[in-house]
Amino acid sequence: MAEEKKGGTAVMDAPAAKSGGLSVMPKRYVPWPEGNEKPQIWIGMGTCGTAAGASALEEEIQAWLKEHGMEADIHPVGCVGMCHNEPLVDVQVKGRPRVSYKKVSSKNLAQILKEHLQDGSASKRAAFGQLINPDEKQEPYDGIPNFHEEPFFKNQVKIVMQRCGVIDYHSIDDYLATGGYDGLKKAVTMSSDEIIEEIKKSGLRGRGGAGFPTWMKWKFARDAEGDAKYMVCNADEGDPGAFMDRAVLEGDPHSLLEGMIIGAFAVGAQYGYIYCRAEYPLAIRILNQALDQAREKGFLGENILGTGFSYDIIIKEGAGAYVCGEEMALLNSIMGERGMPMIKPPFPATRGVWGKPTNINNVETFANIAEIVVNGGDWYAGWGSETTKGTKTFALTGKVKRPGLVEVPTGTTIRELVEDIGGGMTLKKVGFKAAQFGGPSGGCLPGEFMETGIDYESLNSGGAIMGSGGVVVLDEYNCMVDTARFFMEFTVDESCGKCTPCRDGTALMLQILERITHGEGRLEDIEKLEQISGFTKANSLCGLGQVAPNPVLTTLRYFRDEVVEHIVDKKCRAHSCDELIEYVVLEDKCTTCGLCKPPCPTDALEWEKKQTAFINHETCIRCKACVMACPFMAIK
Amino acid sequence: MTAKTEEQELDLTRAYEIAEEEYGKQGPIIRVLQKVQAEYGYIPPEYLPEMAEILEVPLAKIFGALTFYSQFYTSPRGKYIVKVCVGTACHVQGAKDILDRMKDELKVGAGETTEDMMFTLEPVACIGSCGLAPLCLINTETAANMTPAGMAGKIQAIVEKESAGVAEE
Repeated sequence: MAEEKKGGTAVMDAPAAKSGGLSVMPKRYVPWPEGNEKPQIWIGMGTCGTAAGASALEEEIQAWLKEHGMEADIHPVGCVGMCHNEPLVDVQVKGRPRVSYKKVSSKNLAQILKEHLQDGSASKRAAFGQLINPDEKQEPYDGIPNFHEEPFFKNQVKIVMQRCGVIDYHSIDDYLATGGYDGLKKAVTMSSDEIIEEIKKSGLRGRGGAGFPTWMKWKFARDAEGDAKYMVCNADEGDPGAFMDRAVLEGDPHSLLEGMIIGAFAVGAQYGYIYCRAEYPLAIRILNQALDQAREKGFLGENILGTGFSYDIIIKEGAGAYVCGEEMALLNSIMGERGMPMIKPPFPATRGVWGKPTNINNVETFANIAEIVVNGGDWYAGWGSETTKGTKTFALTGKVKRPGLVEVPTGTTIRELVEDIGGGMTLKKVGFKAAQFGGPSGGCLPGEFMETGIDYESLNSGGAIMGSGGVVVLDEYNCMVDTARFFMEFTVDESCGKCTPCRDGTALMLQILERITHGEGRLEDIEKLEQISGFTKANSLCGLGQVAPNPVLTTLRYFRDEVVEHIVDKKCRAHSCDELIEYVVLEDKCTTCGLCKPPCPTDALEWEKKQTAFINHETCIRCKACVMACPFMAIK
Repeated sequence: MTAKTEEQELDLTRAYEIAEEEYGKQGPIIRVLQKVQAEYGYIPPEYLPEMAEILEVPLAKIFGALTFYSQFYTSPRGKYIVKVCVGTACHVQGAKDILDRMKDELKVGAGETTEDMMFTLEPVACIGSCGLAPLCLINTETAANMTPAGMAGKIQAIVEKESAGVAEE
């Protein structure tokens, strides 16, 4: 595994690195609209930006412009990945770089607009970066760092997310102006074999989580016999804690379409579906618009680019079932049935939608395709670890200072992810405990994995999986048993019930975990959990059940002490399991003020003047009323 | 009780039309259910036998799909849908406390609707904005970085707004 750790530096050594200066990643800049003198304003209006208040900002910007007799073009953009600084607003005036402002609110908006649009400077307090387009003569602003040098972005390599948050998501022109559909234009001049060969060279593997080589999947589908073939995109991003697909769907929908069209051309598919979860209404709206634009420009539909090749895509809206992320279940759901997995073979490549050969890839996989076709497989393989090439997006969340969506070459270590990009832990004094990879199907990796380069193999050997790329950072306030219970609860809810090992195995495990978190665990429970886990993993019908025990197994593997502590000492060191908390008064901190006495509903708190308070554990109901009341934090 | 009588008087003409439009097309069940729900806010159970007949598919199949997906509802829902995200990122940032507080405030369990048909409380798994956890949704309005007290305040504001509206009428 030692060799795999070099991922972070591989960027510099990549063969293609020579061609592009500091980094070879395709940096995208929206060119200044010709003949336009008006300032350009971009507002981060993805789901997350809107949640942080971006729609109100748009109205305020309009109002400000009107009040000052100015005009500007306002564009909505998707998510640039910087969730911790939302809402984001970019402003550009002619001849100068585009400046990104963070945490814009009604408080600082007027100041930013005044400085930028009236004074001709940029508000240094709110700006975090400027995008200096090397193709245009732009006079940079003093004292504002280059966008790509910002600590959060510095270590990232953006291929999938290169346009997210940069281009107007309503505009196919922006996409075309930033190299869009170049991949398709090149692909239609290549043979199917050549395209598949290029994908093979790139080493691209399924980004949905399982990591199956994409070229092989395409080859199977191409070689399958059938009068009609389907190229399907799995956009049912159900893993809680993962939202990279949403960012692509909202921020750069055409990159997905382009990947799908190239794929369809390579395997000879005529029809396509994008199966998108209904929880992403904005993504569905944007996708529908993108489909219309692509058809209008001749990239989709009949006789694409005059080649005689025809392919069209329909969006299928999910109806809320996690298991539909599993490919067979997804196919059933597309066909309007219960989304249940089936026994394989036959694989979808031979019998998929409506019984026809079908290829299914994830959003992120497709979003890589155009760039690989344009730059070549070797260029893509220049990044990443030995076994997993290219980049991977991760949804970095939990207890880190800078949560967000990050794209890094595979092989980047967990430490680089958490500390360099994530900015370290939220609370200074509360240390890192574990990183949870892959959501309900993944596992928690403890501190000893900090230096491990992240790729499919290293995560698997640690007992976790890459999954779709959700990384939740846990600190010492998070209870590992409770975390395992949480995921099991999710799986129990989402298990489709078709096969017994998954349906009953997960329910049994949940019962045991609940018992442990309630302080009623027994030592033999640990062995039982291991037994049921093994059985469920080995015998479940589909991926959901086969990986569902992972959170439990990693907890038992790396945090067994904590589980035993719950069972034997009836103690939860993270103070998270309600039934296992015992509040005590810290004598050195108690000032004997007595403020904690009145709120106690059961009189469990005993206090007399000038005496340290005392909590009677027999009558304490752990309501926390005294903890809240104490101004000296003397009750823990 | 009032909800019940309304249900019986429900005009299902549009729902029948939807099924007829989809008749003969590939895999119609989910699409019809989605459209009917978009029209009525929920799927009236009494509609299902007729739907099966129009589409010429077994009722069991429709019922199977209906109960399988979490986004189909068979009873009317509140004017305000309060969604509390309980996905991983929100969970580790304390979503459970918010959900518990909401249950107390609204006096309903998860997935239930208040008697006055005003609020439906719904825990959801991941809205996909994990960087802003914990997250809640009231209808389509997102509330980021929420706290139990913050959500309680929002509910209170709606209650006040609604009761003021009733008084005006």
